Amino acid sequence: MTPQETPPQQTAQQETAQQETAQQQMPPQQTAQQQTAPGEFDGFPRAPELVEPEPVPDWRRLDLRMLVVRPLNELVGLVPVVVGLLVFGSGDRWRFLSGVGVVVVVVGVGLLSWLTTRYRITAEQVELRKGLLVRKRLAVPRDRIRTVDLTAKLGHRLFGLSAIRVGTGQHEKAGEDGLTLDAVSSQEAERLRQVLLDRAPAASPAAGAVPDTADAPPGEELARLDPRWLRFAPLTLSGLVAVGTTFGVLMNYAQELDLHPSSSTIDWLTGSPIAVTVAVAAAVVLVLAVIGSLLIYVLQFWNFRLTREADGTVRVRRGLLTTRSVSVEEQRLRGVEVQQPLLLRAGRGARAAAVTTGLGSKGESSVLLPPAPASEAHRVAAAVLGVAESPTRAPLAAHPVAALRRRLVRAVVPVLVLAGVLAVVAPDWTWRAALALVPFAALLGWDRYRALGHALTERYLVTRSGSAVRETVALQRGGVIGWRLHRSFFQRRAGLITVTATTAAGDGSYAVIDVGEAEGLALADAAVPDLLRPFLTTEPAPAKP
Amino acid sequence: MTDAGQLRLRTPHHRVSRRAVTWWTLHAVIGWAVVLAPQGIALLFVDDASAWQLAALGVTAVLAVAHVLVMPRWRYRVHRWETTPEAVYTLAGWFDQEWRVAPVSRIQTVDTRRGPLQQLLGLTTVTVTTASAAGPVLIEGLDHEVAVRLVDELTSTTQATPGDAT
Repeated sequence: MTPQETPPQQTAQQETAQQETAQQQMPPQQTAQQQTAPGEFDGFPRAPELVEPEPVPDWRRLDLRMLVVRPLNELVGLVPVVVGLLVFGSGDRWRFLSGVGVVVVVVGVGLLSWLTTRYRITAEQVELRKGLLVRKRLAVPRDRIRTVDLTAKLGHRLFGLSAIRVGTGQHEKAGEDGLTLDAVSSQEAERLRQVLLDRAPAASPAAGAVPDTADAPPGEELARLDPRWLRFAPLTLSGLVAVGTTFGVLMNYAQELDLHPSSSTIDWLTGSPIAVTVAVAAAVVLVLAVIGSLLIYVLQFWNFRLTREADGTVRVRRGLLTTRSVSVEEQRLRGVEVQQPLLLRAGRGARAAAVTTGLGSKGESSVLLPPAPASEAHRVAAAVLGVAESPTRAPLAAHPVAALRRRLVRAVVPVLVLAGVLAVVAPDWTWRAALALVPFAALLGWDRYRALGHALTERYLVTRSGSAVRETVALQRGGVIGWRLHRSFFQRRAGLITVTATTAAGDGSYAVIDVGEAEGLALADAAVPDLLRPFLTTEPAPAKP
Repeated sequence: MTDAGQLRLRTPHHRVSRRAVTWWTLHAVIGWAVVLAPQGIALLFVDDASAWQLAALGVTAVLAVAHVLVMPRWRYRVHRWETTPEAVYTLAGWFDQEWRVAPVSRIQTVDTRRGPLQQLLGLTTVTVTTASAAGPVLIEGLDHEVAVRLVDELTSTTQATPGDAT
């Protein structure tokens, strides 16, 4: 039954129902054509709004509980200082008052932000209004939503809340946090996640309609945390960084807290031979770093689960205290990146990250797999991309020997220059020390060369590079939206070229570094048919061998 | 590499405006002036300048003259651009050179920019952006009229192409 057969005296509601069935049965263009068929209603096209106008939803406020949670979250960060003030402080009144002042300001800011923030979700877009002095109004068209990110810090979780962040295909500039609702109740967040990632907003009767969360099928599990992966935690530098930061903070507050190294420690430090001091300090730092990295790993990745949901999204859930859930629309997934920092690589481990529009690939949000065995990373990459064998494992073509020469020159020459400068301006032993670094620099260059490689599979452009962090990227060929072909003066002499594919996803560009010129051009030409072809010529082979 | 020959990128068809040489020269002169002026002033106020200072000034001056003379002409010989119904294709640089290709179907915006120097010389820079943060294609130093025509052409072809260009 088509709309034309509907008798005109039918009620609007029935018409609505039939219009919907008609739309389900045929593509929209076809419907439009039939609506304007000649002879129908004196030849006038039927008015397009047969569907009852959707009620525009009201502006909503964030959850009231944020009045408590926000100050709480911010105060948690201040706890060490407050405790320090209470315990170690000389207890003078001024300090106490300033502490109270800080609390009042924090609570006041929270209250203001709650009062001034409102959001609504219409059929077309998500809107957010906020700010008191500077009024901001943000709107994101719903069909441009690529990712939805739920974060619940400890304070949020105590009160059953979640912050929700909506990512679009745009590259967010640093400092801009996209459209964030901080926070709504966890049920509301889960509902919004489903509504916002629902690809056909018109199909659901009312924009704010509530698909019952309980009904949602659980989704297919692609990976979950294996406690044995904890052995990779110390191979990340996160522990070392944490130790460094903590030490820095302690030193900062040492004066405030009246912390002084006990005199026996100082005596021991000054009394023992320098080698022993260094060794002991290194051991202490090492142990702390290992403990720190284990803690961080558990905090970040506890309960890690990677699932493919029924609504066509890939979802990562993780976190012990702060829980995060990132949903990526599968259609917008442009590839996968396998990252291996030096130490992790030495331990045969790897991380995996998504290359998708709406998320940078270096940020926390694009994590697909925490540090885990490399084989697991490749398996997850394959599972996420929905292929049998991961393209990140494709056999890679090595780059010309000239590329090795360039890597070595780039690694060694700066060290030699440094040694030269030191020889002129610094004491004698410094330039010797610099020279001693040369073999390590050369090794680094060699490793960087070994990392270089590229491949072209049926659907993916694969490129690998890097030594300190070796990155293997499989980028969907359909996601390439342009080329940058760079040749420096020295590359020109060496017959090399750097071929960079630009894309809307992840980092925005992925480079095949120092590939042979003809080989690189052929690669780019084959990866995206017809794009580069008109600009290529075949020249007779150069005369020199 | 086969015996039949080697795959190469051909140079795009159109050169930029000849006046771009003047523009790049002025740019370079201003840039070097910023570096040279403090050194010169320092020399004026110091009674007996050290050999180091004089040497540094000398080296900077030689570099400046070489750069100002060579760079704009070299650039002019390299910089080229071309549009086809399918793509925008440019070559830019001098010491280092870069070709950029952006398919018309992936173009998001076409902007023009004219700094004070460019206005004086009747030049325009056209920036073609795609959804990639790393992919804008710049055509610097176009004659203003050519740039206007190019922008019109690109805007109309881009509008005719459906999709959200990601």
